[in-house]
Amino acid sequence: MIHFVLLISRQGKVRLTKWYSPYSQKERTKVIRELSGLILTRGPKLCNFVEWRGLRVVYKRYASLYFCMCIDEDDNELEILEIIHHYVEVLDRYFGSVCELDLIYNFHKAYFILDELLLAGELQESGKKTVARLVSAQDSLVETAKEQASSISNIIAQATK
Amino acid sequence: MEQLKTIGRELAMGSQGGFYQSKEFLDLVKSIGEARSKAEEDRIVLGEIETLKRRVSEPDIPKRKMKEYILRLVYVEMLGHDASFGYIHAVKMTHDDSLLVKRTGYLAVTLFLNEDHDLIILIVNTIQKDLKSDNYLVVCAALNAVCKLINEETIPAVLPQVVDLLAHPKEAVRKKAIMALHRFYQKSPSSVSHLVSNFRKRLCDNDPGVMGATLCPLFELVSTDVNSYKDLVISFVSILKQVAERRLPKAYDYHQMPAPFIQIKLLKILALLGSGDKQASENMYTVVGDIFRKCDSSSNIGNAVLYECICCVSSIYPNPKLLESAADAISRFLKSDSHNLKYMGIDALGRLIKISPEIAEQHQLAVIDCLEDPDDTLKRKTFELLYKMTKSTNVEVIVDRMIDYMISINDNHYKTEIASRCVELAEQFAPSNQWFILIMNKVFEHAGDLVNIKVAHNLMRLIAEGFGEDDDSADSQLRSSAVDSYLHILGEPKIPSVFLQLICWVLGEYGTADGKYSASYITGKLSDVAEAYSNDETVKAYAVTALMKIYAFEIAAGRKVDMLPECQSLMEQFLASHSTDLQQRAYELQAVIGLDAHAVESIMPSDASCEDIEVDKALSFLNGYIQDSIEKGAQPYIPESERSGMLNISNFRNQDHHGASSHGLKFEAYELPKQTVQSRIPPATLASTEFVPVPEPMSVRESYPTTIVPSASSDAESTELKLRLDGVQKKWGRQTHSPATSTSSSTSKKTVNGIKQVDGSNTSNSSTWETYDSRKHVEINSEKQKLAASLFGGSSKTEKKPATGHKISKPSSHMVEKSHVRKSSMEIASEKKALVHQPPDLLDFGEPTVQSSDPPSVDPFKELEGLLEPTTQLGSTAAAATNSPDIMGLFTETPGGTHNKDDSDILSSLSKQPVTNMVGGATSTQVAQSSKGPNRKDSLEKDSLVRQMGVTPSSPNPNLFKDLLG
Repeated sequence: MIHFVLLISRQGKVRLTKWYSPYSQKERTKVIRELSGLILTRGPKLCNFVEWRGLRVVYKRYASLYFCMCIDEDDNELEILEIIHHYVEVLDRYFGSVCELDLIYNFHKAYFILDELLLAGELQESGKKTVARLVSAQDSLVETAKEQASSISNIIAQATK
Repeated sequence: MEQLKTIGRELAMGSQGGFYQSKEFLDLVKSIGEARSKAEEDRIVLGEIETLKRRVSEPDIPKRKMKEYILRLVYVEMLGHDASFGYIHAVKMTHDDSLLVKRTGYLAVTLFLNEDHDLIILIVNTIQKDLKSDNYLVVCAALNAVCKLINEETIPAVLPQVVDLLAHPKEAVRKKAIMALHRFYQKSPSSVSHLVSNFRKRLCDNDPGVMGATLCPLFELVSTDVNSYKDLVISFVSILKQVAERRLPKAYDYHQMPAPFIQIKLLKILALLGSGDKQASENMYTVVGDIFRKCDSSSNIGNAVLYECICCVSSIYPNPKLLESAADAISRFLKSDSHNLKYMGIDALGRLIKISPEIAEQHQLAVIDCLEDPDDTLKRKTFELLYKMTKSTNVEVIVDRMIDYMISINDNHYKTEIASRCVELAEQFAPSNQWFILIMNKVFEHAGDLVNIKVAHNLMRLIAEGFGEDDDSADSQLRSSAVDSYLHILGEPKIPSVFLQLICWVLGEYGTADGKYSASYITGKLSDVAEAYSNDETVKAYAVTALMKIYAFEIAAGRKVDMLPECQSLMEQFLASHSTDLQQRAYELQAVIGLDAHAVESIMPSDASCEDIEVDKALSFLNGYIQDSIEKGAQPYIPESERSGMLNISNFRNQDHHGASSHGLKFEAYELPKQTVQSRIPPATLASTEFVPVPEPMSVRESYPTTIVPSASSDAESTELKLRLDGVQKKWGRQTHSPATSTSSSTSKKTVNGIKQVDGSNTSNSSTWETYDSRKHVEINSEKQKLAASLFGGSSKTEKKPATGHKISKPSSHMVEKSHVRKSSMEIASEKKALVHQPPDLLDFGEPTVQSSDPPSVDPFKELEGLLEPTTQLGSTAAAATNSPDIMGLFTETPGGTHNKDDSDILSSLSKQPVTNMVGGATSTQVAQSSKGPNRKDSLEKDSLVRQMGVTPSSPNPNLFKDLLG
């Protein structure tokens, strides 16, 4: 099971955190500090896995962003590496060649997409299309809501004119 | 240019995105992005928190604005700051009608709240409503929240609706419902155990996504109970076959692999189902073989599936062909340049050597390369592999390597792990005692504070008992080499506390045994230790006891004892110590030194830590005393069965105790039992008032200076033994060597499989590998070769574990009883001793008594709890018997069984606090009271008073009295 997902920039800035196992706010800060110390200092040719407190952290670097997932000891590390990649591909498809800035300014979207991919610490959907379809369905609903809202405000504006 | 791009993106973001984001928010994100230091970032965030605090509490905030504030809160919290003031607003947002707002609310609460947060109760209602919504997106949002927020208590509130959603027309909803049920199962298996059939049904869902999701809970179910799911083997195999044959929609392909994530999950389940089941495994051979062949080993995902196949093959009933493919795949992993693959290869090798140990040999050089790799992760994985393949032939090399690595790292978590592995291996395979002690010294020196205290106790016992059963000279040699090495180590500046305790114990016990070192030398060293580590009470206690032993041995040998001046000053210091334990020990030391050689020898026989102590459970040594009392007119003891008519009062007491035990400590005052008791007192209790108080001269006769009386001296002996063994024997109550049995069973499996292996695959296998080996051999340097030889040298023979492992583990189980018995005898003795020199009306004399039964440190006390139970019973029996026969009448009013249990409960809960003394104090109060005042009412009042103080007097077990008085 995946215990948490972290996105950390090369400078150690947190871009996204998702906790599937209970961690208090204090623990979270500690975990992030410990792990960024551990992962950001690792050389480029080493394993993408780190042993940490009896668990494994699988990380992968995309440009200046580190995607980290913490898993149990007996999970398949290579698979997790591919789940990370899967997530990045979905993000890429959604944002259209995703970059760190997309995630900085639209972190809530990154969360929504992650929620369609992982649930309760497990991979819930491995079909990229399915994820994309769901996310866009939610977005279109948002769009229609926005249109409605603007049309209402138009009506009000006109009425009050 | 770069900046322009950024601005462009920001602009695009502001308009697109669908979310309204104000300039403020963008500025915040930007300024944090530009912050040069953590301090600057914190300052900005704190400012933002202030703003948000103000803003969210304003009235009538438009929804959109609110949504943005909530997102800003999420952002702030993501950066590690506390945004709890806004949680309630996020909760409110989930109540909103518009999905747009609701979704943000749900996102925020799932990020903010853990499942045990108080606010969750406010969300449950909304979730219930949303689960019924006809908009599937609302349902999805609610299900996401369910997975994160619903805890054990709230499962029943949403369970029926979630189950209904399993039949929802939208596959996304079904999938999430499955995942939610999986979460429920993890939280509380019993709540969804009746729904297992639903999971089975969903396995046949039309949508591959739902089917894939169903594998998660099924994996969990299968891993807890394999046998109930054997019927699914065929289904899983056929699904896997279809997946591998690309029958699933193209959308599930990932890097040209057909639904690899589903394949991996299926292989995991099959590995569980086929473990040790030949019939089930046979169904899987074909499909797993197919996957081996089809896997594309050039892509990462292909390797992930391959690795899972290896895991599966090494778990199911072995098949030579599959094992061969697995070995092939492993060698490809190990030969790869990628560290990730090497890591997986090492891991897979560790799994496969359980079945075919000979494959390790082919890869020995690759393994050694990994061991010397600068990458810590790879190194640790390799140590794990080495740990799995340790035998008596290579144990020295492996443990040495492990210790070197242990010394080099700072990560305490891993240090602890590797230290305990070293200890385990050394205990199992140690080629010689000297080596074993050497290794233990190293482990203690470098990781002493991290290893389990049991390890130290094990080592003490090993030194005391020796390895060889009949070879005494080897044992004494072992001891003197231990003493030598410890005296040497004491020169080091900083030694972990556990190690010091061990050293003190060994020096005390065996420091002067071989005559190499003089008593004054050893005592000097010991007092140095006590002085140098003056803030460690446990070490000081060990040191004092060790000093006492040395002096006792000296006296017993007929030599004159001259206490070193530093020892004397130390003793003076301890006699006035705040720690009653240290005080007690110091007083005991003083007392022992004042005795003559004969007495000392029986108190403190040399090298007797392993002797059994006989316990006279019937307390027959008291017979004379009882006879005396009866002759002087005391009433004989009447067993409870003969005392009818007391049931009333005992029932009453019983209730009383139940009240006390169920809550541990009761804070409100107990009601005074006086009146009720009085009205109910049956004639039989009146009889007890006629009991004659203990004649005073009795206890005077047995007071302190007369300790030389044989019985008393044996008491002292056992007290001393208690001191010596405290935290030692009882720690061994539990077996520390459970791994030994498991490993040995796996060895036997190995042999079986080894035989199976030989006929088919092995020949071809090794011939291919010989070429690889010989080619490699030329290139590598001799050092590596040597290492390889020492690691893998005898690996072709599967060998039996040497007997040492068992030797260590066997006596420990036997120890359990021994220490148990011993312990209780000690308790009796100590209680008794106190009573012996206790004038009947000095109430607080009980204190030192109980102290003496206090183990030196708090930690072992927990272990004691179990032991305390019989102890106290015995102890109080003794107390009652010696001091005043009439108290028995009082005590036995309470019913035996339940009462005793209550007592020990209270005892154990009390024991963690300084109040401990009270137990003993109270008991003796009672004893004294009742012996003094024959007034029944008076004693009952006192009794209730004691109860009000939260202490229950320990009561005798009626059965014991039966033994005692026939």
